[in-house]
Amino acid sequence: MKFSPLLIASTLVHLSLVDFAIIIFYFALVIIIGMYLKERSNTGEDFFMAGREMTAWVAGLAFLSANLGSLELMGWAGNAYKYGILAAHWYWIGAIPAMLFLALVMMPFYYICKTHSVPGYLKLRYGKGAQTLSAISFAAMTVLMSGINMYAMAVVMHVVLGWDLSFSIWISSVTVAAYVMLGGLRSAIFNEVLQFFLIWAGALLIPILGLIEAGGWDGMKAKMVHNLTEMGNANPTAYTHLWSTLGNYSDNPMGIHWTGIVFGLGIAISCGYWTTDFLVVQRVLAAKDLRSAEMAPIIGAGFKMMVPFIVILPGLLAIALLRDPNTGALMHLVPADQAWSAAGQAQGLHGYDEVLPLMLARYCGPGLLGLGITALMAGFMSGMAGNVSAFATVWTYDIYGELINTNATDATKVKMGRWITLVGIIISIGTAYIVMHAQSIMDYVQALFSFFIAPLLGTVLTGMLWKRATRAAGFWGLLIGTLSSVGMYFWVKYDPVAVKYIAFSFAAQDQAQNMFRALWCLVITMIVTVLISLATTPKPDEELKGLVMGLTPLPREMNIPLLKKPIFWASIVIVAFVAVNIIFW
Amino acid sequence: MKAGSSITIWFFIGVSLFVNGALILGAGLYALILAPEHKVVLYNLHADIWWGGLLFLIGAFYSWHFSPWRARARNEARKKKS
Repeated sequence: MKFSPLLIASTLVHLSLVDFAIIIFYFALVIIIGMYLKERSNTGEDFFMAGREMTAWVAGLAFLSANLGSLELMGWAGNAYKYGILAAHWYWIGAIPAMLFLALVMMPFYYICKTHSVPGYLKLRYGKGAQTLSAISFAAMTVLMSGINMYAMAVVMHVVLGWDLSFSIWISSVTVAAYVMLGGLRSAIFNEVLQFFLIWAGALLIPILGLIEAGGWDGMKAKMVHNLTEMGNANPTAYTHLWSTLGNYSDNPMGIHWTGIVFGLGIAISCGYWTTDFLVVQRVLAAKDLRSAEMAPIIGAGFKMMVPFIVILPGLLAIALLRDPNTGALMHLVPADQAWSAAGQAQGLHGYDEVLPLMLARYCGPGLLGLGITALMAGFMSGMAGNVSAFATVWTYDIYGELINTNATDATKVKMGRWITLVGIIISIGTAYIVMHAQSIMDYVQALFSFFIAPLLGTVLTGMLWKRATRAAGFWGLLIGTLSSVGMYFWVKYDPVAVKYIAFSFAAQDQAQNMFRALWCLVITMIVTVLISLATTPKPDEELKGLVMGLTPLPREMNIPLLKKPIFWASIVIVAFVAVNIIFW
Repeated sequence: MKAGSSITIWFFIGVSLFVNGALILGAGLYALILAPEHKVVLYNLHADIWWGGLLFLIGAFYSWHFSPWRARARNEARKKKS
């Protein structure tokens, strides 16, 4: 994404007094929550793990909300405009199976060993080498990504509302810094749940009114086919099918094959993110007991399945309904760099990521507009709070407590947690300003983040499910897997022909390449881990209790009523998951 | 989950929906009396009135049901019982 925001002359929406009142009320409320929770964050367990007293509902909604950032919402609404309903794969097969796998298979081990973080689990399972490698990479990438998101959000606020970039960056940063430093993870979780409600309250009207205007689902599909044909699209019906066009790379707008979606997205990327990215896992670790920790991702999965209604559907409705208000001609959205360039602005072009704001401006007058914009800002701030609270925990426990001050007391760690939260936000702000002046850095940092996801899954999963995996294998598997991902990325970057070997087709687009790269590096990590394990000495079984399947006694649920059993609710989610995939086949 | 001694997260959510609902409902009623110059698409449905009203009612219920006063009373009743 490269653009020149300072060249933008006009704004998409204009706020009224009541809109500003809603936005200001939101900022005041989050600060009040942070101040109120300060008294409850005096110990390490309180500040970093929210006292491990969250109910399944709160942990589950926070687990989902930490991922529901506004850039995610606007980005995927834009992708739905660009690729059609295929974008919903990221919400269904790209999330639901992984979330249920976390709940039913992995959570007992994370929870029983009482780790503070995912790198902390790696320490218990493999030793300090794997812990340090994953902690440093996670900490660095988290704050850098936070800075990039901060910059991207400021640009969106500039385009949509005409706000100055620095104003958006500083006002959101100071607010997040205040409430996370005051209340720690508990405060971040509170605001994530609040954000969850605001997002639904602010965004749900768009698909409802859109469907009314389009004449229902069938009316929308007919209008989409008409408009896509007018745009010169060769296969307009592909935009409303999830699976039927995935037999060939060239039959669908994403240029992807079903194997990439199932194995690359559904296994490597999705499981990597939802089961090992500490940003989301931390919310579940804060649950009050094991059953709540298992239920939380299941509750999150149930709601995740509904998110396409407020994200993907507006993208599809935009294809069906958006026309130039002056000329009545079909509105063509374009990539952000094109739309936000001087030439693009002169022509009045809009970027894909502007789908949600455009639809918001279409249906929402004063008041509703303020709520919609507040929902987007709340999404951004919660994402940032999630990043800094996860960063503060990993830094304090896995880097500071392990490498810098091994004798740190609990009070010292809390103090460090508060200060490092501030430092994390300052680094994020610095990153945002660097990106402002050298936008090519953004692509590299985003790619860097993706390098660590799949190998970490390979390392954690092998260690959790196979007691023979050894200390050396954990470290080298993670390192070689990560390097293989980096290698494949640059191989394709400097020799585009390599796409044929990695993604099996020249037609594979960026998303398809990412999926196959993740899949390959997951396989490489697991093979390396297995081979090195077979050549080295394993830990004795005694040391692996509570960490590995087969050596960890799991609490039995014999006397629990059916309605309280995680497996029962997971089954319902699976049935609904299968149903939506068949309905939109 | 309790936030402090008696305030739950659901109370804060109730307050948020209540205030936002009231502001949106108020803006909708104002627009009904004094129609805006530039109308949004489907203005005739007056989404701000029924959506704002719905948020207002949900917020009012949450604010009342999860209010610190009711929570305190519930806790005291539970203590007496045990």
